[in-house]
Amino acid sequence: MAVTALGGTEAKRSLVRFRKLEDERWLAFVLLMPTALLLGLFIAYPFIEGVLLSLSDAKVGDNGHFVGLANFFKLWNDGIFWTSVWNTFWYTGVTTVFKLGLGLWLAMLLNRHFRGKAIIRAFILLPFIIPTVLSTFAWKWMFDPTFSVINWALLHLGLIHLPINWLGNPDLAMGSIMAVNIWRGVPFFAISLLAGLQTISPELNEAAAIDGARPWARFWYVTWPLLLPVTMVVMLFSVIQTFADFQLVYVMTGGGPANATHLFATYAYQIGIVSGLLSQGAAVSLAMFPFLFIIVVVQLLYIRRVEVR
Amino acid sequence: MIEGALWRRWVFYNIPLILFVIVLLFPFYWMIITSFRPDGELYKPWNSPLYQPFWTNKPTLEHFVYLFEETDFGQWMINTMFIALMSTAISLFCGVLAGYALARLTFPWAGSLGTLIFITYLVPQTLLFIPLAEIIRDFRLGDSPWSLILTYPTFLIPFCTWLMMGYFKAIPKELEECARIDGASRWKAMLFIIVPVALPGILSAGIIAFTLSWNEFIYALVFLSSPEEKTVAVGVTSELIRGDVFFWGSLMAGALLGSVPVAVVYSFFVEHYVSGLTGSVKG
Amino acid sequence: MAEVTLRKLNKYFDTTHVVKDVDLTIRDKEFMVFVGPSGCGKTTTLRMIAGLEAVSSGEIRIEDTVVNEVPPMDRDIAMVFQNYALYPHMSVASNMAFGLKMRKFEKTEIAERIKRAAAILGIEALLQRKPRQLSGGQRQRVALGRAIVRDPKVFLFDEPLSNLDAKLRVQMRVELKKLHERLAVTSIYVTHDQVEAMTLGDRVVVMKDGVVQQVGEPLELYNRPANRFVAGFIGSPAMNFADVTLAESNGRAVAEAPGLRIELPGELAARAKSRAGCKATLGIRPEDIHVAGPSDAAEHCFDSSVEVVEQLGSEILLDTRVGSALFVASIDPTVRVRAHDKLRLALKPGRLHLFDAESEAAI
Repeated sequence: MAVTALGGTEAKRSLVRFRKLEDERWLAFVLLMPTALLLGLFIAYPFIEGVLLSLSDAKVGDNGHFVGLANFFKLWNDGIFWTSVWNTFWYTGVTTVFKLGLGLWLAMLLNRHFRGKAIIRAFILLPFIIPTVLSTFAWKWMFDPTFSVINWALLHLGLIHLPINWLGNPDLAMGSIMAVNIWRGVPFFAISLLAGLQTISPELNEAAAIDGARPWARFWYVTWPLLLPVTMVVMLFSVIQTFADFQLVYVMTGGGPANATHLFATYAYQIGIVSGLLSQGAAVSLAMFPFLFIIVVVQLLYIRRVEVR
Repeated sequence: MIEGALWRRWVFYNIPLILFVIVLLFPFYWMIITSFRPDGELYKPWNSPLYQPFWTNKPTLEHFVYLFEETDFGQWMINTMFIALMSTAISLFCGVLAGYALARLTFPWAGSLGTLIFITYLVPQTLLFIPLAEIIRDFRLGDSPWSLILTYPTFLIPFCTWLMMGYFKAIPKELEECARIDGASRWKAMLFIIVPVALPGILSAGIIAFTLSWNEFIYALVFLSSPEEKTVAVGVTSELIRGDVFFWGSLMAGALLGSVPVAVVYSFFVEHYVSGLTGSVKG
Repeated sequence: MAEVTLRKLNKYFDTTHVVKDVDLTIRDKEFMVFVGPSGCGKTTTLRMIAGLEAVSSGEIRIEDTVVNEVPPMDRDIAMVFQNYALYPHMSVASNMAFGLKMRKFEKTEIAERIKRAAAILGIEALLQRKPRQLSGGQRQRVALGRAIVRDPKVFLFDEPLSNLDAKLRVQMRVELKKLHERLAVTSIYVTHDQVEAMTLGDRVVVMKDGVVQQVGEPLELYNRPANRFVAGFIGSPAMNFADVTLAESNGRAVAEAPGLRIELPGELAARAKSRAGCKATLGIRPEDIHVAGPSDAAEHCFDSSVEVVEQLGSEILLDTRVGSALFVASIDPTVRVRAHDKLRLALKPGRLHLFDAESEAAI
């Protein structure tokens, strides 16, 4: 489609320009169509349906009627719902802090030259790669009240005499689940932060060392500020995933013992699918949205601020 | 390197690293050992003196046999593989196209559309699964792999688009302009010049998409009901547990086998996976 | 007395021996330049003095204290890096203040020192800017400023001018020289550019493959190079070399090669006579060759065939063939000469150099 700007009539020239303009816009339209279609059909549409559903009293097999905010009032008075709200925040907050700390530490340990670095780096990502459900089952087996290898180890280290019921004890269950989440997330943080660390020239650390900064000061004044943009993005991804987590809790405890470990997602599943109360389940799911929205907006604003700096 | 004496290097670097590696990899070791342990040896209480955790003297394949004979495990693997490959293909197709459009073309609302795609990434599956279940049922896609093949792209496409945008932006404009002077249309330039150059990026996006779809659970749990339609994750969860009894040997065997495809793909393309992951974070 | 002493310094990276038995004393207030091609070990030596690389064997002393195990921050040194290493997220003032802040100086003292250093370098107007807003030359000055405020015992420079464009480099060279005269601090400077070495150094160390080739004042390296490498490295355009055979004829020492027969003068002759029959390398600098005139003795002339003429205005550089060797000669710019001309050239006998063919040491 060679464009000859020289010669030709005025009409031809304008036709060509017209075609080109159309070409780019039309091309963009065509290219974005499949994406728009899929996302519109399976995200936008369900989202709206979800809102409508939560405002009805539909159950499985019964389309129900519009009931306004009745479901939400029910949730407001539901103790288990508030437990799951608290759990989700607590779960997300604690695991993120640990994932960040441990991930950063691991990243710094990997940020040097040593033999076998590539292999170790590859192996370290395994917890993140292997399907969550499958690796969680391994942990569940490790936590089993009768056969736990962890209990065995603790016994032989002389630390316990009675078995610890990691998942059956309401006080310990959440902690155990958090441990598995941290185990899964540390590699993601580590690898991403490692990439960020590698963009920081080692000369900066050397200059700081010569300037008199001890290792901790070097980290705080030089490494951390320069790592902040990457850190914030990684945290954004992680927080969203953790907040909406389902698989871990479902496999480990199903929300128990006695509804002590429910998160938004598992409670929604429990009510909506297991009990068949679709509309109420939808309401629980949707309740996630405002919190998620605020968290994301706050983080995005912080990211923007950090990047401008 | 400002590391100091040898003893410092061991205490501050090597030993913590070794500890990290042990903790991160132990569960997989446990998974493997358990899969090959006969039932008799498996069910020893934690404080029994006969508990020998770290090795087995009588490795057996009985759990694997059970998996393939008493359950539809083989079918589950096929299902999951099919779904993963198909949804990856669809997502890559859409992602490459959309990524190119957003990175290279100027058109009204380009910025807003990019933001919109990003926002959909923030709507998690656990928010949509209940209304989506109804929609799937209305479209008569229930209990079929297509329910997943069409819905998985919802979380794969934004990621692929984003990643591809980054890769496309890094390709100098001159390459395309040269092709167009040589006579190629915009479309052809994209197909024959840009896409081949962005192949590493496409590979990265594809591998990550593959592992992500293999990892998905809640849609598969809710949309599929017949045992022979299930994916590995769902099948292992539902069919290997009877009431309160867990068939741990087979569970671990199933978990092990279910992890193999992903691990294999990953091991061949580690660099691509890592660069895709970190590219999406830095971009 | 901020003297820096290196004794039998060695460095191994895995099994590669990069710095070999370096023995050197850098005097108080001296500006010592380490020069040599890439990979010769000069930067590694500098980094060992800084404490950024561990010493494999040997000793480094600063002010008579062994500092091998002392971390960089406690050696009271300041370093200017090739890429400046300015903290990108801090302002210029904060960059300069950082070292003092780490050492817990008083705020007023810090401000005072920054003001003084900024005045010396002319960067007062840039104090609140961030590094990314500065040009290469400005960043260079900030890096210098950061080193100056520390008032250290020793300044270390790692190829600081390599990233500047040619014109700026010349300007900065002059400024560095003036700076050193003003501050009078022991300075160790690493570069691969022999011009910087010659113009900046009080003394120069030439290194190759981890070994010190020669240490001395610039002029001494120029006039009396210890071996062929130093002779060829120092001076631009580089010294010309020709493979010759030494002989004695009629009581005189002669260096012979196809198309070339030069009589050797004075002390050089005595040493050459004792090596009659041996192979050697003859060296003569381009600036010591001129067009043969009536006052030039025949024993010091030779015929050549001009291949390329480069007219620079201040001189003419001739690429001319002498027998099997290719010489570069720098001659008077008013001479009329063209490619393919046959020209008779003469050299200044006192400016001849001879090097042993095997050991490459100066004869």
